[in-house]
Amino acid sequence: MNSLYNYAFFDEGSKREIRRAILKAVALPGYQVPFASREMPIARGWGTGGLQLTLSLVGRSDVLKVIDQGSDDSVNAVNIRKFVSGTTGVAVTEDAREATIIQSRHRIPESPLREGQVLVLQVPLPEPLRLIEPSEYKTKRLHAERDYSGAYLVLFEEIQRYGRVATGADHPVEVHGRYVMAPSPIPRFDNPKLDGNPALILLGAGREKKIYAVPPYTKVRSLDFEDQPFRVEDFGSAACGLCGASGVYLDELVDPSTGSKTWRCNDTSECASRRRASQEAADAS
Amino acid sequence: MRPERFLLKVDSLSKSYGEGCPRCSGPGATLDRNHCRRCGTVYAVRGVSFELYPGEVLGIVGESGSGKSTVLNCLYYDTVASSGSVYLGSYREGAEDALAVSAQAKRAIRNELLGKVYQDPVEGLRMKFSAVANVAEKMICAGSRNVGAMEERARRLLGLVNIPLGRMGEAPERFSGGMRQRVQIAKALSNNPPLIFLDEVTTGLDLSVQAKVLDLIMDIQRESGVGMLLVSHDLAVVRMLATRTMVMLDGRMVEQGLTDQILEDPQHPYTQELVHSLL
Repeated sequence: MNSLYNYAFFDEGSKREIRRAILKAVALPGYQVPFASREMPIARGWGTGGLQLTLSLVGRSDVLKVIDQGSDDSVNAVNIRKFVSGTTGVAVTEDAREATIIQSRHRIPESPLREGQVLVLQVPLPEPLRLIEPSEYKTKRLHAERDYSGAYLVLFEEIQRYGRVATGADHPVEVHGRYVMAPSPIPRFDNPKLDGNPALILLGAGREKKIYAVPPYTKVRSLDFEDQPFRVEDFGSAACGLCGASGVYLDELVDPSTGSKTWRCNDTSECASRRRASQEAADAS
Repeated sequence: MRPERFLLKVDSLSKSYGEGCPRCSGPGATLDRNHCRRCGTVYAVRGVSFELYPGEVLGIVGESGSGKSTVLNCLYYDTVASSGSVYLGSYREGAEDALAVSAQAKRAIRNELLGKVYQDPVEGLRMKFSAVANVAEKMICAGSRNVGAMEERARRLLGLVNIPLGRMGEAPERFSGGMRQRVQIAKALSNNPPLIFLDEVTTGLDLSVQAKVLDLIMDIQRESGVGMLLVSHDLAVVRMLATRTMVMLDGRMVEQGLTDQILEDPQHPYTQELVHSLL
């Protein structure tokens, strides 16, 4: 590594300030801790919140994985990975099992996380009540008074409009029986993975200058109604066209030449490792 | 004296905007109408006291700026009163000052024991949410988490205020002024509160729609016996709905009594002027 910048880009004072915000966020699960979001060499809205968390945490022995919408190879993921490894020299991986820090946009990896790992999620809109209350001053009051009826009202209105809860992503969750938080735009499919997860989950919103956290083994409940329980996306009997997996989060693809539908694993590194494993099994026999 | 317990008892409620100065806050204070010329403090409501009993409709009349709406806003916690006490028969049996309780308790009182119809429906409704969700909002706030039950009650209330079945799923931004007011009435009634506040409900509606909304309020009052506090600058509305009336001028209550008495035999010079300008 030969960089003109300080280790991990930030000066030590910035890292310390962000770590302090992280400690407070861990102490108050789901509470949005304000922090002095820095100007980053990527644009706000491209993962600056997550990047600042990663840079303030990364040590020389860490192994980094970066995911963008389930893929390790999209522009956002490649650039963030290059930036962090370029300013720190840490090892990078595509395997979620090997990584110690996983920065992700829109997904929680399919393979279960373990103790000691840190999942950093990039958040565009940290305030779950923003849709019904534009004033930050008032949403703070609502959190303080634990009035989350607005979040339920949004879900109720979806049922009125579409006949069911139709949040495509960012379905609000209650953390540790207290704060309601926006889990970042992960699909509903990933919400149950937040509950009791052995890894530390940190969420960073760079533009909105907020950090919040789900500590390991914290109870996380997706908001729902008595007669409309929370449900994850259902892919029926569909399976990935490449690795054959089912029961994972799938992307629907349409072949433009034939118009036929196929499905692919959204988590590309999991898909690739499954294919490698079945190839090895085939070679061995 | 009346045997029943009051629904609402307001004791020297005041609301001022500004710090006050020796000229306007001490003894022998002099004010220009309701504000101080020296420090600019506005005394919107000054020591208003009244009681409201079950099944009663109390009208508040007075000209623009006399403090009528401020009284309602203080009672519904939309603004914070400067001083005074409010007792609700439905909250701790009227033993505790409802202005001095915690923020959570105020929220619960507002959601479960009170309802309000605003003059401007934009204040009282979420214009982009469906009418059903608007009515259900207060039920959600009160802690209901059963979609089926809330939907059923919301639709029944919207039916009661004559919103056509096919339009209940639409957002109030697509409704006419009269329909919006009726959705607000349904919302105010959603938790079956013992007391609702009506702030200039018919202002801005044309005459035939006014008549329909007033008829609806009268029917609801007669059937449910809900207590109503009704603010209006229109004496005809008050004559039609209110059993008792109080007259406000420059933040003070200048006269109060049975509506017929006030309108037929006004005592205070301002009330006389008000009644004369109408008749």
